[in-house]
Amino acid sequence: MTLDDLDRALLRLMVADAAQPASALGRQLGLSQPATWRRIRRLQEGGILRGRRLQLDAERLGFGVTVFLGLKLATKGRVSLEDFERAVGAIPEVQVVTHVLGLYDYRLRVVARDLADFERVLRRRIMTLPGVGNVEANVMLSEERRPGPL
Amino acid sequence: MLDDKDRALLRRLQADPSLTVPELAALAGLTAGQATRRLDRMTADGVIRGQTAVIDWAALGYPLQVSLRVTLDKTVPGAFDAFLAAAREVAEVLEIQTFLGRVDVRLALVARDLAHYQDLYRRRILSLPHIADIEALMDVAAVKSETGLPL
Repeated sequence: MTLDDLDRALLRLMVADAAQPASALGRQLGLSQPATWRRIRRLQEGGILRGRRLQLDAERLGFGVTVFLGLKLATKGRVSLEDFERAVGAIPEVQVVTHVLGLYDYRLRVVARDLADFERVLRRRIMTLPGVGNVEANVMLSEERRPGPL
Repeated sequence: MLDDKDRALLRRLQADPSLTVPELAALAGLTAGQATRRLDRMTADGVIRGQTAVIDWAALGYPLQVSLRVTLDKTVPGAFDAFLAAAREVAEVLEIQTFLGRVDVRLALVARDLAHYQDLYRRRILSLPHIADIEALMDVAAVKSETGLPL
């Protein structure tokens, strides 16, 4: 699917604020509301626009700690990856699980109320998963999301 | 402070941000007016920051995602700020996190293919200031993608 400059501008506006109505998006691009809506539909149908995500302030909601975990499986071959992935994905505090290639097998993004809460999640829920080996934890201090190559 | 009704609203909205206020209100057992007032208050308090579009970078022609774990030379004053400012100039960078731990900064980068990645890595990434060490991990599959907070 090929995008023109208006599609890219539309995506940039929606990354910045996806809650605005098509009429408001159109005004900023000099497009009518139906023309804007058609472009949004085309981006959705092309699989480029996957949906929207609510952005919440984790700290104000009592989640003061975010940790990125690099996790290595100890017994590859003996543990089913599917079993591990299903179990780790079911932990509510684990927000993101990515299978990676390199120093670790998986990257986990874990959210917790504080460091003591994180330790509880790590010890009771993550370290007890089948096949878990080495774990490296890095506590997040700041985060920026960029619009990317649009 | 948030009560259970506020949390119920956030849970529903987090699960499906495209819900309209009347739909959301019905699911949370509130009237549309009550839901609007609560959502407005949480927005004013900064609990709700807004909504962002989720882009499928593979569908846009960037199927490769790489995590770059960077250690900086902390003996240089202002190393963090200089590195972060330069990293923001690389269009293919999607996320920048700083850490307390073995890694100082993580960059999430997208690329069109391996040749594009190699070019980005050599020309744009290795030239970023004050890098002491850098490791790359390539994403193979998203097992669980951003689900939000366990409210």
